[in-house]
Amino acid sequence: MSDQIIEFLQQLINGLSQGAIYALIALGYTMVFGILRFINFAHGDVYMLGAFAGFYTAPRLLQLFGGGPSFPGATAVLLVAMLACATIGIIIERLCYRPLRDQPRLTVLITAIGVSLFLENGGQYVFGADPKSFPEIITDRALEIPESWGALSALTITVGQVIVVGVTLFLLFALRTVVLHTRLGMAMRALSFNPLAASLMGVNTNIVISFTFGLGSALAGAAGILTSIQQPSIEPLMGVNAGLKAFVAAVLGGIGNIPGAALGGLLIGLLEAFVVGYVSPTYRDAIVFGVLILILLVKPSGLLGKTEREKV
Amino acid sequence: MLRPIFLKALAMLASVSAVLAQDEIVIGEFASLTGGSASFGQSSHKGTELAIEEINRAGGVLGKKLKLITEDDQSMAGQPATIVRKLIAQDKAAAILGEVASSKSLEAAPICQQNKIPMITPASTNPKVTEVGDYIFRICFIDPFQGTVMSKFAQSKGWKKIAVLTDVKQDYSVGLTECFIRDFTANGGEIVREQKYSSGDKDFKPQLTSIKAAKPDAIFVPGYYGEVALIAKQARLLGIKVPLLGGDGWVGDSLLKVAGNALDGSFFSCHFSADDQSPKVQDFVKKYREKYGETPDDMAALGYDSAMILAEAIKRAGTTEPEKLRDAIAATKDHDGITGRITLDAQRNASKPAVIMTIDNGGFKFLETVTP
Amino acid sequence: MLERTKILLLASLLLCGLASWGLGGISPYYYDILIGIGINIILAVSLNLVNGYTGQFSLGHAGFMAVGAYASSWLTLTFGYILGTHATGTTFMYVAALLAGGIGAAVAGLAVGIPSLRLRGDYLAIVTLGFNEIIKGIIQNAEPLGAQRGLGGMVQHTNLFWTFAFAAITIYVVLNLVHSTYGSGFLAVRDDEIAAEAMGINTTKYKVLAFTIGAFFAGVAGGLYAHYKQFVHPEGFNFLRSVDIVVMVILGGMGSTFGVVFAAILLTILPEWLRAVSDYPWLPEWLREIAENRMILYSLLLIILMLTRPQGLFGGISFSKKRA
Repeated sequence: MSDQIIEFLQQLINGLSQGAIYALIALGYTMVFGILRFINFAHGDVYMLGAFAGFYTAPRLLQLFGGGPSFPGATAVLLVAMLACATIGIIIERLCYRPLRDQPRLTVLITAIGVSLFLENGGQYVFGADPKSFPEIITDRALEIPESWGALSALTITVGQVIVVGVTLFLLFALRTVVLHTRLGMAMRALSFNPLAASLMGVNTNIVISFTFGLGSALAGAAGILTSIQQPSIEPLMGVNAGLKAFVAAVLGGIGNIPGAALGGLLIGLLEAFVVGYVSPTYRDAIVFGVLILILLVKPSGLLGKTEREKV
Repeated sequence: MLRPIFLKALAMLASVSAVLAQDEIVIGEFASLTGGSASFGQSSHKGTELAIEEINRAGGVLGKKLKLITEDDQSMAGQPATIVRKLIAQDKAAAILGEVASSKSLEAAPICQQNKIPMITPASTNPKVTEVGDYIFRICFIDPFQGTVMSKFAQSKGWKKIAVLTDVKQDYSVGLTECFIRDFTANGGEIVREQKYSSGDKDFKPQLTSIKAAKPDAIFVPGYYGEVALIAKQARLLGIKVPLLGGDGWVGDSLLKVAGNALDGSFFSCHFSADDQSPKVQDFVKKYREKYGETPDDMAALGYDSAMILAEAIKRAGTTEPEKLRDAIAATKDHDGITGRITLDAQRNASKPAVIMTIDNGGFKFLETVTP
Repeated sequence: MLERTKILLLASLLLCGLASWGLGGISPYYYDILIGIGINIILAVSLNLVNGYTGQFSLGHAGFMAVGAYASSWLTLTFGYILGTHATGTTFMYVAALLAGGIGAAVAGLAVGIPSLRLRGDYLAIVTLGFNEIIKGIIQNAEPLGAQRGLGGMVQHTNLFWTFAFAAITIYVVLNLVHSTYGSGFLAVRDDEIAAEAMGINTTKYKVLAFTIGAFFAGVAGGLYAHYKQFVHPEGFNFLRSVDIVVMVILGGMGSTFGVVFAAILLTILPEWLRAVSDYPWLPEWLREIAENRMILYSLLLIILMLTRPQGLFGGISFSKKRA
């Protein structure tokens, strides 16, 4: 098999693992949008906080499981970060967004930008601006691909990439189960379908919204840890870019649509890898946004979004 | 209209902040203490601060204490111009020290030049900075020198095919790349792949995949340490075993912490080595560690030297009169700094040696000194 | 009525001239802040036409500013020599370059305005944000514009007169547009697009017009900025800069020109004032430390302001009396 095909497959793998991260973050944007119809700009920074939660707790948690990098230790770090982010997400919603629920969405958007700036700058103040080395919670190494695979053995797949994609798939299915088969999930869907009718039917709006924020933030926290396994250098502004790209992914897939966010994340990850590999990284952001605009022009509600007719 | 009220408010502000004691010489510093390039700005600021403290402890200059006023430009374009005007007009700074990033220095330089206030940049390596005018100086070597040093080094190793991975968001990295490629190709070498990334990127596997396919003898990565560490790690994961080459942007506390052993066998040029056993360097490293609890990097050493050169020039000039101070800075010769012997040339650039370091078993190792 | 506003415009232009002449000797630092205020007023008032009066949501105003800044800088750098070094010639060249920069930005605004016909709300926001990134991406790759190294060497033409003259013109144009019978169309599009359409208002025209005019003034502001700072860099026109302008509009109260002007002034002075506060020796250390971390404080203030006054500082109050 020629080198070109190997390079292409390798970029596919690279794009896939990055896309998984975007998908996890995009889910948070999309779930909040589905219920509250507003963009939670601070979501990318929650992802950053997830990475830092792992950074501060990992040494102790790993100690509990024998000290070195281990699967149970890494799982514990992941869960703690998800829990921490869920708490932070719920607190942010309670303090900053809930009092504004009846206000125009733009007002809430600006508040969200304020929260985002606060987390970024506060993060620089508290954690320090220089990049921190994320502790090794699981050893990232290249997997041995058996010679019997022929030319494919020239491919490199790392443990980190497998974990990222695996955990993302697991979380996606878990989320699907929660949304489709639990009472809270049903309430979420009801609220997103028709808020007034849902609350008249006895859905406790506040609890459902808190739950949605918690769920979305937990996924962002997981993304923070998964990124740090592959790229163990974390800093307070790491959420800016990832958040923006995930937001684009959510819009691309059709904001408010959960499978859409996963699909959008994947597509953005792949697109970026191919643009970087074959065109030029300087054009990466421009091309990503260009493709987004083109798709929106053809299908204004995103790839999987429903076209909503405005009622008079 | 609102304007008169506003002006009154401004005037009130002015009266509060303008009073300054006469027995002090004010040195203005602008640095990125927050925002995207904060880690560099904070380092150079700490070095500068340490130097000023030391000078004052030794009695100051011309019988006066130095007063360092530092303003944060938040790593934002547009800020340096405003801040430098403040430092000159409100604080009556006798001279300006700053920035690491060339794009920030380029914004401040025209203002210093117009107001005829000498400005010394510790670490802006873009040649254009000092071309702004005769009041603008720098104490680091410029991109062409550093790029050439690494190109010559690669040639001496017998490498013929080099891949380049540039940080296009940093003019520093772009400049080094240009100069490296020019020298390397002029001497018969081949650039087999040119790849790019932007500061803040975390995933470099796409670029590295493309580079791997080109089978280079070495990869030139003139970026900053935050990204370089990840690049090295991911390169090794992808099975790239060739050495990486780089510049002074590699020096940072977290480089080896993040990279682990991934950078073993790589080489980079820089301004000084904390392992340098000369008493002057060791003394600086010790004092810096005592004050800040961390090992000084290149930016800290350059910040320190910039303040020292300025203080020395004030002493020689015997005054802070701008024109005389400018001439005194221009006359700096064989200043025995932390980053080597510094002489300023006619273009107001520093002519000084570069240090080539290698990384061995997860630690820095001094290799050689290259004089221009 | 139109006559009165014209007189007002002339009077404020005269005031600009007088102020520029009278304030020539003030500290360069305050001069810098005043210029910053003027430029922010132009940016915020022009964005208010799009976001406030027409009810569209643009998150890419800095992109238009970039077009104006780079276009006008390129013009004065490339053709500046043609009219010689005489003051009249260079000033003419400068103003022409500003307007050309504005026109360039208006063309870009037209390009963004057209998708706005199909998209609404958050989708439009992300498209404008995308345009901002694309414009930045093009500049970052354009060697004649200095690419990633930035573009410098412009002569400092911008002064208080030009800045505030253009600010006055911006306010004049925007107010006249929305308060004329013709311009009630903008408000109609904002208040109820479907009803407006049913009433026979050409909503397409109004939306595109708002984007184009808004972008034109943003471009002029960019030109003023470039010829004041004498150095421009693509990062100076990023998403955060756009957010800055949006915050001015929302803080001022969407659709209130008076409020937006005030917010532009406030948000330009506030960070500089905090800078001064952190130098006050008589303040306790911890207070100075807080003031030094301006961005934390700024974000907190933003959150608190939105929580306590969600309609903006001056929401609902209009600059001149509304003619119903």
